[in-house]
Amino acid sequence: MKSKKLSIIKIIIFFFLIFINYNSIAKSSTYSEEQTINITKNLRCLICQGQTIHESNSDFAESMKKFIKSELENGKTNEEIFSSLVEKYGQWIVYDPGISKNTFLLWTLPLLLFLIGGAIIVKKIFKKI
Amino acid sequence: MSENQIFTDFEVVGLIEEKQINFNEVLTGKNFYLINIWSSWCEPCKDESEYLLELKNNTPVMMIGINYKDKKKNALNFLNLYGDPFDKIFIDKQGTISINFGAYGVPETFLINDDNKILKKYIGPLNDRDIYEIKKIINN
Repeated sequence: MKSKKLSIIKIIIFFFLIFINYNSIAKSSTYSEEQTINITKNLRCLICQGQTIHESNSDFAESMKKFIKSELENGKTNEEIFSSLVEKYGQWIVYDPGISKNTFLLWTLPLLLFLIGGAIIVKKIFKKI
Repeated sequence: MSENQIFTDFEVVGLIEEKQINFNEVLTGKNFYLINIWSSWCEPCKDESEYLLELKNNTPVMMIGINYKDKKKNALNFLNLYGDPFDKIFIDKQGTISINFGAYGVPETFLINDDNKILKKYIGPLNDRDIYEIKKIINN
């Protein structure tokens, strides 16, 4: 009788351990460490000098790393995390600002200058010919 | 989320009762809320306690404290020593709640209205001029 009880307890513990293991695997598989690193490498540490969140060990950077991990655990995408942080801290927090209303000139001006410069050069060459 | 609006849809845990609550539920019934991020290990936080008590005693603002990366025992000792200006205090053990507010560290203070809009953000300890400004906004 005693050994029967013991084996039932063993079975319960066995299934409990499987359940815990399954949960931790399921949780960890929702995002990778590489994904966290990719995000933190594109974020500026706002209280440090020239460091990314990934490089910095400051209090702010450590909090930010934990925040990003919890957001990823909650199923947020990289874009959602970036846009929520830009809303909170401004465009300055991201190294790669992306094309938006505010950064449109930043992205298009070099191309525009290149085209205008090229047009001037071509015009001059044709004039000589 | 519109510009200057604080993100409030997240869970917080009380410092004293240790009860979990959605932060949205905290922001009810008042026209103005002052969120102060503080810690017992933060030296400038000691300097600003008198200013927070001044606001608590002389304005109708709801004072909300966010205890940042602290130990409960130390936080309670701090409040005993320098006075407790808060109506509600929540803990931020990981520093992630402060990130939700768009904060950089301690001390930091946000004055928000009943639409959860940030009216003023003060990085660093409050001073006479800040208190004058906060009172002016609340009384207008």
